[in-house]
Amino acid sequence: MIGNFIGVLFDGVAYGSLLFLMAIGLSVTMGLMNFVNLAHGAFAMVGGYACVTIMARAGVPFLAALPIAFVLAAIVGLLLERTLYQRLYKATHLDQVLFSIGLTFMAIAVATWLYGPQQQPVLIPAFLKGQVRVLGLDLGVYRLFLIATVVAITVILTLLLEHTRFGAQIRASVDNAQASAGLGINVNRVFALTFALGSGLAGLGGALGIDVLGLDPTFPIKYMVYFLLVVAVGGAGTIRGPLIAALILGVFDVAGKYYVPQVGAFVIYALMVVLLLIFPAGLYGRKT
Amino acid sequence: MTVALRTQGLSKHFGAFKANDKISLAFPVGARHALIGPNGAGKTTFINLLTGVYAPTSGDVFLGEERVTALPQHVRVKRGMTRTFQINTLFPGLTVLESVMLAICERKGTAARWHRTVAQQQDEIDEAFGILRSLHLERDADSETRSLAYGRQRLVEIALALATKPRILLLDEPAAGIPAAESAELFGVIANLPREVTILFIEHDMSIVFRFAERITVLVGGRFLVEGTPAEIAADPRVKEVYLGEAKHD
Amino acid sequence: MDARRDDHERRRAVPRRELLPLGGKARSAKGAQVSAALAHRLPSDRWRALEIAFWILPIAAYFLFPKYLVLGSQILITGLFAVSLDLILGYAGIVSLGHAAFFGLGAYTAGLLAAHGWGEPLSGLAAGAVVAAIAGFAASFLIVRGRDLTRLMVTLGIGLMLFELANKLPFTGGVDGLSGVTMSKIFGVFAFGLDGRTAYLYSLVVLFVLFVVLRRLVSSPFGLSLRGIRDGGKRMPAIGAPVTRRLIAVFTLSAGIAGVAGALLAQTTQFVGLDVLGFPRSAELMIMLILGGAGRLYGALIGAAVFMIAQDILSGLNPVYWQFWIGLLLIVVVLYARDGILGGLSRLYARWHWRRS
Repeated sequence: MIGNFIGVLFDGVAYGSLLFLMAIGLSVTMGLMNFVNLAHGAFAMVGGYACVTIMARAGVPFLAALPIAFVLAAIVGLLLERTLYQRLYKATHLDQVLFSIGLTFMAIAVATWLYGPQQQPVLIPAFLKGQVRVLGLDLGVYRLFLIATVVAITVILTLLLEHTRFGAQIRASVDNAQASAGLGINVNRVFALTFALGSGLAGLGGALGIDVLGLDPTFPIKYMVYFLLVVAVGGAGTIRGPLIAALILGVFDVAGKYYVPQVGAFVIYALMVVLLLIFPAGLYGRKT
Repeated sequence: MTVALRTQGLSKHFGAFKANDKISLAFPVGARHALIGPNGAGKTTFINLLTGVYAPTSGDVFLGEERVTALPQHVRVKRGMTRTFQINTLFPGLTVLESVMLAICERKGTAARWHRTVAQQQDEIDEAFGILRSLHLERDADSETRSLAYGRQRLVEIALALATKPRILLLDEPAAGIPAAESAELFGVIANLPREVTILFIEHDMSIVFRFAERITVLVGGRFLVEGTPAEIAADPRVKEVYLGEAKHD
Repeated sequence: MDARRDDHERRRAVPRRELLPLGGKARSAKGAQVSAALAHRLPSDRWRALEIAFWILPIAAYFLFPKYLVLGSQILITGLFAVSLDLILGYAGIVSLGHAAFFGLGAYTAGLLAAHGWGEPLSGLAAGAVVAAIAGFAASFLIVRGRDLTRLMVTLGIGLMLFELANKLPFTGGVDGLSGVTMSKIFGVFAFGLDGRTAYLYSLVVLFVLFVVLRRLVSSPFGLSLRGIRDGGKRMPAIGAPVTRRLIAVFTLSAGIAGVAGALLAQTTQFVGLDVLGFPRSAELMIMLILGGAGRLYGALIGAAVFMIAQDILSGLNPVYWQFWIGLLLIVVVLYARDGILGGLSRLYARWHWRRS
């Protein structure tokens, strides 16, 4: 029983870390540009498909394909931000929602046309497969790898935000874009690079998650809810908030589907509504 | 002398920053009271506290005898206290007439009516036109608010407040953005309001302050500095010090 | 009228509002009896010629396109659904991604009633409306708290929750849907036949009746206050408006009407599929509304009609193309034609009108 519980917890944490990785970009984008981007999942999808394609076409090994997925997704994000997204920064949230839904539809259509509607298989290197005995429990190696990767990236991100000038610029711009511009910070550049970074992280998450979440053209819509959920419940504009939210939601989703499969995903949505009732601005949200 | 509006130890802290610190003021019915002070003194914060936009960190607001600190904004308006905003806060997509009518309908309680059309609300239309005429806004009645020049929009800002028939009127820099000639006209309208209306206004233009205010309160750094008649304030050395560099007025 | 011309030049791209239906402005008074109100561009519900012409279309369609009545009913029903969304989105400014929740509740209510023996159509409609309205009332308390993102998530979450419920609960038929919905005759006289004629007229009458009521509502002071909430959220409390109360009221009403639309669908197709609650339905509805032009009631109907007719014509195409072009269209509309079809027409009309004067 306990073994199962730990197993569920472990799976939940792994799942949550993956969600966090993909959602962190959305949190910063929303907190920074106040832009409701429902198309964020599309960047994760780009990373996933990039990873699969490079591995299949160019024979690149999995671990090497991951950073490439990151870069490609970041580039796509940067391009879209400079051409389209930035025109809607001052628009209403409704317009942003509509725009990003349109973008999502287009992304799904293109993915279907290029790759077909089926699930994409991914060849994970042998040393990441199987299970390993840790403290008397059998834990999946890949999931351990996931958690370790996300922890590493979170540490790097935190270091970036807290100890570099660019990080300080991001934090300043999130706090008060107008004042930051007044201080000479090139807010447009901060926006563009941050968006690219967030998209890249999403792409990395998408590539990492193929084995756990699957990859097909409907990925953006399927998981859009989860990203938004993590950001809304955690609070946009922070790293800590979505992290906690992602872990909570990851654990509850896995636990819910395991212990009460009859209601399945209902648990997570109900939990979200309850949490949002108590914390309308998110767990760590900024109350304006 | 009956007190129309009173605060007691009203404070608003944003973290360590004390925007308003233990302000206790009382305004009698019919006051013509100016609130002045350097930028960042907390004047707008004070109005936000009075109207309920901010919840105070401590202290209370009283309308007459009633403690209204816990009441939401719209209830305080129903109790007779209305404010205008320093930056135009209007209904961009509504016409001027529609905006004023909306305010009138809210006041009269007809805004909850769904079975008669706006065009049928003849009483409200007449009243709206009365207000528009007093501010010389009639010819803009059918223009969308966003299409008006800033100065004209400022008049709409006042019109909305007048439409609520306030007993207490809080004006946050009403003449900001209007050329001097028009601002005199605007204050003329305000001066013509019934004597029982209590008026508190924030202003930076000292000539207006000294012309229309019967009493002046000075706020500095979120705190109350001094209150008195215009003559007293003009002569007060502390006030002069605070406004170092400002031209003197009489 | 020099003032008007100055205003017009100043306004450039900002449309001269409501020279088309619903916003009611009369340019030429037909004599002294026309009240001063109408000469002042105040919302009224005088029937305009264009509106009357508009309503002749579905009646004409009944006679001209007898083979397409099933599609016609779908368009009318979706139109009603879109109108309900316009109430909260176009008029009150609430962004909701889960409106299908109320549509689905209405559909399942009416469907379950009929599947379990109660096939009377009008009471089924009423039941669907009541259930959806109650749910809307409950949900509205969540909606009025928090900011846009929270609201979005809550509406989305509610939709998804209901979807999962319908998926898993035993009596809803789950993925296969609810069948066995048998309807009795309307007023004991009109039977639902395979030709879809009764269904079409039934839907048309329900749509028209509700539309007339809503038409009056949006031209009322209540409707004006909704637009005030959408346009000037900060100013509304400052003029004494109980914003929360209004939002709860309009949200409940909107949910009820969506419920009626859902019930209509269940009754006319005699089936309830799981997709009535799905997110794609909510998303498509928003697209229709924006396409037609939000905040004008008629825009909802036009958007629904255009979308569904296009979808039907293009249904032979690979669905991938449909999704791609809809996505692109949506982006283009948001960037360049924000007021939708009706907004664009309104602007053209205004420009033509201005040139004439």
